[in-house]
Amino acid sequence: MPPRTIIDKIWDAHTIAVREDGDCLLWVDRHLVHEGSHHGFAQMKQRGATAARPDLTFGTADHYVPTRPTAPVDPDAARMIRQLTENCALNGVACFGHGDSRQGIAHVVAPELGLTLPGLLVVCGDSHTSTHGALGAYAFGVGASEVAHVLMTQTIWQSRPKRIRISIEGQLGPGLSAKDMALAIIARLGAGYAAGCAIEYAGEAVRALSIEGRLTLCNLSIESGSRLGLVAPDETTFAYVRGRPYAPQGDDFERAVADWRGLASDPGAVFDREVVLDAREIAPTVTWGVSPEQAAPIGGRVPDPASLSDPTKADAWRDALAYMGLTAGMRIDDIRVDRVFIGSCTNSRIEDLRAAAAVLAGRTARVPGLVSPGSASVKRQAEQEGLDAIFLAAGLEWGGPGCSMCVGMNGDLVGPGERCASTTNRNFKGRQGKGARTHLMSPAMAAAAAVAGRLCDVRDLMAGRLA
Amino acid sequence: MIAFETIEAPACPLGLENVDTDQLIPARFMQTPRAQGYGGFLLHDLRRDEGGAMRGDLAVNDARYGAAQIMIARANFGCGSSREAAVYVLADAGYRCVLAPSFGDIFASNAVKNGVLPARVSASGIETLLGDPGVLAGAPIRVDLAAQTVSVGNKSIAFEVRPDWKKQLLNGWDDVDLTRSYAQEIAQFVERDTAQRPWAVPR
Ligand code: SF4
Repeated sequence: MPPRTIIDKIWDAHTIAVREDGDCLLWVDRHLVHEGSHHGFAQMKQRGATAARPDLTFGTADHYVPTRPTAPVDPDAARMIRQLTENCALNGVACFGHGDSRQGIAHVVAPELGLTLPGLLVVCGDSHTSTHGALGAYAFGVGASEVAHVLMTQTIWQSRPKRIRISIEGQLGPGLSAKDMALAIIARLGAGYAAGCAIEYAGEAVRALSIEGRLTLCNLSIESGSRLGLVAPDETTFAYVRGRPYAPQGDDFERAVADWRGLASDPGAVFDREVVLDAREIAPTVTWGVSPEQAAPIGGRVPDPASLSDPTKADAWRDALAYMGLTAGMRIDDIRVDRVFIGSCTNSRIEDLRAAAAVLAGRTARVPGLVSPGSASVKRQAEQEGLDAIFLAAGLEWGGPGCSMCVGMNGDLVGPGERCASTTNRNFKGRQGKGARTHLMSPAMAAAAAVAGRLCDVRDLMAGRLA
Repeated sequence: MIAFETIEAPACPLGLENVDTDQLIPARFMQTPRAQGYGGFLLHDLRRDEGGAMRGDLAVNDARYGAAQIMIARANFGCGSSREAAVYVLADAGYRCVLAPSFGDIFASNAVKNGVLPARVSASGIETLLGDPGVLAGAPIRVDLAAQTVSVGNKSIAFEVRPDWKKQLLNGWDDVDLTRSYAQEIAQFVERDTAQRPWAVPR
């Protein structure tokens, strides 16, 4: 057999049938559902069908869950959460509903419970399903009709994606994280760079990342247009998976690890495109515009549309600056913020909260902010470690687990014209609320922005604090 | 799913680039049951100014295109989230086809599943359509999927569509019915896979 990439190996292992036009019917190992999956459940019900493999389907309430202790209960949101629980119950699907000790954002919960494993094919009706690739899973987001299809058949039709390998060599500097890496990649390559492709992340800097860091990196794959991004499983992965509640145990686990070791791309495997970047060139990165590719190093300036030769792109930049209320040429670290949000499937895991707390410890935030842990389990751990006390002492709110202010479906919105330093993944117009202005950055950078009341280089606050 | 036949209807010359799914339907409307209809949410926030009044400078608000079944847009239409509601708003507002130079990946696949044709027209072809007096006056244009052409007056412009999507739309095929015809292959796969990857099921 010719050398294969990890992408091809997982694809081949899941192929049930190949259609005349080349599309393949693939087996789905894990299907995650959330409140937004109601359209898929409704389509299935319309056909009088129920879930084919409820044992491979897991529900968790995330998009509509209230995350602020003081928030009034919104009856529509409550109905969405109830509807998920009912749809799951009707189909015999395990559901981590609001209040369940395992509840949280689907992309945080499935890895931490051992539902996501190397070599699995994972789908969810959510574009950031790419997150699960961190464990070496083939994971992608699907639409509602596909949710219905997977529920009814446990399979999905796909066309083979083009394969890209992005290698990041060298070591990241102190104070930097996977988020800076991901934003720097998208800024460099563009938001449409990997449209419809599958990415393998490789190289020294990627291998050095913890699973939490890899989850952040793979999460943002979709923002370069990619269907999915993954990292070949290694010792870090096996150590993370071992002992998790739904993961294989004992001999099964050893057998699995032996299989997982074979997933790595073979030497000489051919990718459609290869990119090599140098980690040492990556600085703390923030977005200044309304697309994740509109990002710059914190020490830089807001770019000038007049410097562009492409008129369409120049228009897009002008439009972005107008929406964001920024002037070309101003220093990025002169941008004042009105609030911060630390959370979302990108950056709400324990390491993210530790990084933010390391900056905030003993300091006071100049602006209001909300910290929302990604799952009930992350919340418990953070409280055991005393991180909640640090956030509260700094003047930030300590919330519950859910999508929260990432998309504001639960009512946690950024006000019109307000500027938010946010650890989320989309800075589209109106994403955090109508007229809201979002700057994407790492948890440490968001914490630094809270302390300074403006965007600032976290490294300046970390003298003597960096490990 | 009903088969896609030739459409002859007015087209809405929207003309915008990078229309993301958050613009097609803001997240706050997505809890609505489909039975209530999504047409009213189409481009909801974009269509209104800060005071909530309908903007006069946008083709979707123009009465001449009130009966449009075809949308004409610039590049990267439907980028962003996987929300299929971004297609529901179009379908429920009566649209059967979007003409654009390129589409968001998941959006295009969602469109086909809802009988909406994502037809890729070259950037210059889009410019021709957006400048055509007949189109601008709200005269019907013709989209012929079998021939892969858009005709306006005596002009004919070719479009691209993935062959499998074309076949699916022309036949009104449904993925679920198609997949069920593979029941035997699926059963054989599961039997083989259970032996090969015993660790793949949750403990
Ligand atoms: S946290 Fe944000 S990006 Fe992640 S699943 Fe929730 S809404 Fe989507």
